Amino acid sequence: MPLQSTRTMPWYAIPWVTEGWARFKRYPLFALAILLFLLVIPAVFAPWVAPHDPFMGSLSHRLTPPVWQDGGSMGHILGTDKLGRDILSRIIYGARVSLTVSLIAIFVGGIIGTVLGLISGYFGGWTDSVIMRLVDISLALPTILLALVLVAAVGPSFGTVITVLIVLLWARYARLVRGEALAIKELDFIARARVAGASHARIMYRYLFPNVVNSLIVLATLQVGYVILLESSLSFLGAGLPRAEPAWGVMVSDGRELIVTSWWVSMFPGIAIMLTVLALNLLGDWLRDHLDPKLRNL
Amino acid sequence: MSATPVLQVRGLKKHFPVTKGFLWKKVVGWVQAVDGVDFSIRQGKTLAIVGESGCGKTTTAKLVLCLEQPSAGEVLADGKNVHALAGDALRDYRTTVQAVFQDPWSSLNPRMRVRDIVAEPLVVNRKFPEREIEERVEDAMSRVGLRRQQANLYPHEFSGGQRQRIAVASALVSKPKLIILDEPVSALDVSIRAQIMNLLVDLQQQYDVSYLLIAHHLATTRYMANEVAVMYLGKIVEKAPTRELFGNPLHPYTKALFSAALPSHPDITHEEIILKGEVPSPINPPSGCRFHPRCPFAKAECSVAVPIEKEMAAGHVVACHLYS
Repeated sequence: MPLQSTRTMPWYAIPWVTEGWARFKRYPLFALAILLFLLVIPAVFAPWVAPHDPFMGSLSHRLTPPVWQDGGSMGHILGTDKLGRDILSRIIYGARVSLTVSLIAIFVGGIIGTVLGLISGYFGGWTDSVIMRLVDISLALPTILLALVLVAAVGPSFGTVITVLIVLLWARYARLVRGEALAIKELDFIARARVAGASHARIMYRYLFPNVVNSLIVLATLQVGYVILLESSLSFLGAGLPRAEPAWGVMVSDGRELIVTSWWVSMFPGIAIMLTVLALNLLGDWLRDHLDPKLRNL
Repeated sequence: MSATPVLQVRGLKKHFPVTKGFLWKKVVGWVQAVDGVDFSIRQGKTLAIVGESGCGKTTTAKLVLCLEQPSAGEVLADGKNVHALAGDALRDYRTTVQAVFQDPWSSLNPRMRVRDIVAEPLVVNRKFPEREIEERVEDAMSRVGLRRQQANLYPHEFSGGQRQRIAVASALVSKPKLIILDEPVSALDVSIRAQIMNLLVDLQQQYDVSYLLIAHHLATTRYMANEVAVMYLGKIVEKAPTRELFGNPLHPYTKALFSAALPSHPDITHEEIILKGEVPSPINPPSGCRFHPRCPFAKAECSVAVPIEKEMAAGHVVACHLYS
C-alpha cells in the first residue's frame, strides 16, 4: 500500500502550484511590480505617458471599443467613454488622484491616530477612557452613511473627501498604537527612562513611538488599498470627487448605465482598482510578516 | 568615608486598591504591599533587602525611585521629601538616584544606540554641554568594560551580561549618589553573575556610590551588602550588618530563609526548617505578627500584638515577640 494514500491531500495541492504560491508569497516583487508599473510611474509621469488629454473628448470617437474588438483603434487602446475621452489616459490620471487622496488621508489620519493612541495608552485612566470611547464611536459609525451626510452638508470637493477619509481612518491607528503602547510601557526601559528623568513627551516620542513604527507602516500599507476602494465607492455613489475629475470610482460610476452595451467603460477602471488593492494587500502582508512577527493577527 | 545617610526612609507604606465592578469601581480591599518600612543608606555602603517574591521589595524600590507615590511615610534625600519635589528639584533628584533592573532584555530601548542609552540621564537633565556628555559617556563605557566602537551599536547586538553592563554604564554616567539594584544579576547566567557583581563592587569603591540592593539570592547579598534587611509581607522583620545577620540570625523567618539556601558544599549537613503553609495574601494580612501562622515558635500573643523592633546588638534590630 502506498504511504501517500493515508494522508488526505486537498485536490488542488499539486506540488508545483503550492510551491509556486509559497515562493510567490515570500517575495513581494510581483506586488511591487504591479504597483510601480500600474500606479506609481504612470501617475508621476502622467502628462508624458498618457496618450490623450483625459478631459478632452471627441464626440465622433465616443464609445470606441478596445483595440482588440471590432471597431477598436490603436488610437484608443482601452476604448473611449460616452464623451469620447480616452479611458487609458483617464486611468493614468486617475491613479494620480487616487494616490494623492489616499496618501494625504492616511498620513494625516495616521498622525492624529498615533498621537491620540500614544496619549491614551501611556497615560491610561480617564484620558484613555475618553479617547477610546471616541474610537468606538468612530468605528461604529456606518462608513458610507457618514460620508454621504458629510458630503451632502459640505458639497463634494477634494477637501471634503479627504476630511471624510481622515474621520474614518484615524480610529484604527489610535487603537493599534494604544494597544502596543500599553504593552511597551510596562517594560523596564520605560521605568529606566523615568528614573533618568525623561519627560512624558520625551518618553512617548523617543521610547514608545519608535517601537510602534513597524506596526504603523504595515497598517498604513494595508489601508492604502482600503482607502482607494472607499474613495472609489464614494465617487461611485456621487458623494466623492467632482464628476469631471478622472478618479477611478467616478469612471466606474460613469459606465454603470452602459455596462451591457459598452462594458469597457467601467470594466477597465474596475480592474485598475482591483489590481492596485491586491498589490497593496500583498505588500502589506509581506511587510507584516517581515517587519514584525508579533502582528500576524492584525 | 562619611556616615551621613544619602537616603532615609521613614514609615513608608504603599497600599494598592483592589477594585471591583465595571463602570463604577468599588474598592473592596487593599493590597498592603509595603506597610511601614524604615531604613537608611549611608554613603558608599550597600543595603540589601531580601525576601521571597511578593514581600514588597520591588515596590519599595519603586517608591524610592519615585515611580510610585507612597500611601504614607516619606523618603528623604538631603533632608527633603522626594515625593514632594517637582520641576528642577525633581530633575536634580533624578540625576542623583539611578537604577539597574533585573531583566537586561527589556531594560534597554531596542530603538536607541548604546551611546544614546548611556547618555540619556545627562541629556534629559539639559544642563550638560555636548562635549561633556560625550566624554562622560566614553568614560562610563570604559569603566564597565565596553569598547568605544560599541557605542554605535543597538542593544540587540549584545549578550545579556553586556546588556547589563550597558545598563550599569547608563546608571553611572550622571555620577549618582545612590543606585537601586533591583535583582541585578538574577537574570544572568551563573558564569556572568560573578563578573557583574565584581564590577558593581569595584565601581562602588571608585565612585563612593551607595547601593540599595534588592535580591532574593543570599550569596549575592552576602557578597555585596554591608547591611541586610529581611522583609516579610511588607514589613522588615530583621535588619543587621551582613556578618552579624548571617552569623547570628534571630528572627524565625530569617532562620528559615537561610536554611532554605543550599550549603556551599554538598557534604555539609544542615538542618532545614520547613515552614508550613503558603505566604498569606497581603490583602488580608494576619493579625499581630504577620509571620505567626507559619512560625514554629508562635505564642498566644503573636496573633494579637504587633511586635516592636528591638535592638539586640549594635545595629541588629529584630521585630519578634521571642526577644521582647
